[in-house]
Amino acid sequence: MITVELIKLWRRPRTWVSLLLLIALPALVAIFLAVTHIGPQPGQQPAFLAAVLANGALFPAAALAIVLPIFLPVAVAVVGGDSIAGEASSGMLRYLLVRPVRRTTLLLAKLFSMTVFVLVAVIAVAVSGYILGVNLFHAEPGAVTSVSGPSLTAGQLILRIVAAVGYVAVSMLGVGAIAMFLSTLSDSALGAALGALAVMVASQILVTLDAASSVRPYLPTRYWLAWVDLFREPILWRDIERGLGIQLVYVVVFLGAAWANFATKDVTS
Amino acid sequence: MITTRALTKRYGRVTAVDAVDLDVREGDRYGLLGPNGSGKTTLVRLLLGLVYATSGEITVLDQPVPGRVGAILPSVGALVESPAAYGHLNGRANLALLDAAGPSGPGSGAGSRRTRRARIGEALERVGLSGIDRRPVKNYSLGMRQRLGLAAALLRRPRLLVLDEPTNGLDPQGIREIRDLLLSLNAAGTTLFLSSHLLTEVEQVCTRVGVVNQGRLVLQDDIAALRTGTGLVRVRTPDADRAVALLDGRVESRDGDALLVRHDDPATLNALLVGQGLRVAQLGEWRRSLEEVVLSVTTAGSDRVSGPEVANR
Repeated sequence: MITVELIKLWRRPRTWVSLLLLIALPALVAIFLAVTHIGPQPGQQPAFLAAVLANGALFPAAALAIVLPIFLPVAVAVVGGDSIAGEASSGMLRYLLVRPVRRTTLLLAKLFSMTVFVLVAVIAVAVSGYILGVNLFHAEPGAVTSVSGPSLTAGQLILRIVAAVGYVAVSMLGVGAIAMFLSTLSDSALGAALGALAVMVASQILVTLDAASSVRPYLPTRYWLAWVDLFREPILWRDIERGLGIQLVYVVVFLGAAWANFATKDVTS
Repeated sequence: MITTRALTKRYGRVTAVDAVDLDVREGDRYGLLGPNGSGKTTLVRLLLGLVYATSGEITVLDQPVPGRVGAILPSVGALVESPAAYGHLNGRANLALLDAAGPSGPGSGAGSRRTRRARIGEALERVGLSGIDRRPVKNYSLGMRQRLGLAAALLRRPRLLVLDEPTNGLDPQGIREIRDLLLSLNAAGTTLFLSSHLLTEVEQVCTRVGVVNQGRLVLQDDIAALRTGTGLVRVRTPDADRAVALLDGRVESRDGDALLVRHDDPATLNALLVGQGLRVAQLGEWRRSLEEVVLSVTTAGSDRVSGPEVANR
């Protein structure tokens, strides 16, 4: 069943279009930067963009920071929201279930293919970011200045980019889990994807609101940018650990809810 | 093959299926009839474990549903409501994905991966799609989609076929092809369970019918048994007036030169009429059509929504 889901994912034109868009946005930014050499002020969002002009080897990190707030969550929410609701609205859900495919198996296969999509998307952004950065800017992979001052060796840099890719992927699984849960509630893939995005937008607004500081540590987007701390020397682990913990809780809770709902649901689509 | 006991399904306050006792025997060609919205599709979904019963028991292929659907469904082919497919893939790719999604390997019977290509070819051949090209399914006509749906149901050479409106969207030629296909499958030992609102279709294919009305099974019997035993003989004669006089009191109804006569034996009645010098144009045992039987036990479908009667002024 997992193979079937992967084939379905990669034979879908939409998957390729969303990956292309994810790569295209950082590429656009890189081209503008390379042509004009007008960088943002250091410390402004998106992170790392100011440093890229000095050393293009940091562009993978900048590319991740560019797609993280909107593009990446949208792509993941669409895949997650489509998981069950998409099958339901095309009418294939009933035919899969009478084949028979066990409901738990179907949900796990969907989760697996969504995880693969998230990983491929994040890695594609990082790899294309590195290629762009090295080719468009002055690049010294062996002498990257960390966010807190001391410089990093090439080996350290690669390790940290890999760790950042992993952290961003885990953060996106939180979005995906919420989208999958909504996908088992509704027969509309669009509704489920938008629902998950609404949660993310609400969370991003609450994070900036001081009046909501009591709930802030539990919001799903609170530690999304914590991977920036991976590029400090020494690494600041506190927020990264908290971020991973929060995402784990969201993934477990929402996947559990998705399973509980789907396993006992009347399939009337 | 299929037995249900007091099967009931409620959606909130609506009772879609109400205390149904189905009985489908091995080798049957069973037709489930009923107006639109009478609960046919919900019943089919209950049998396949898509929808969970509120109360009652279901047994399919001697095993309980939904508890053992994993063991039952590999031997069941189904078409539920309407066919479905992934529009961006071609017909063969759709069948291959669907087959790969199901259980495979030792113990799964006809589901083996080695035979997949051959089984897909055979299923497409049977439903008249052997010549399909690489066109994606989204460009298929309604009839082709219907045939592809049937091919998907036949993929695992099932012992039981559960088909909801199997000839939907087909032209008269296609309907006839599918009817012949179903009859030949049944002759080879496949039990058929068709659900339809098309009386003629069920009358031509099935040996046994169940009629549902507003969620209740109001009738379940062999078609042959339903249609005999009226005890009436239909006579057409140009001398209708004399016949009425002769058969005084035994004429149930008259429509021009056609009479319905209460009589046990058409041959004796014929001899009686001819012996009296009456000319008989046509004479035979009168059988009720399935339509009359079904209409007598059902009400209008739920798609007919009539308001309160407007008072005459």
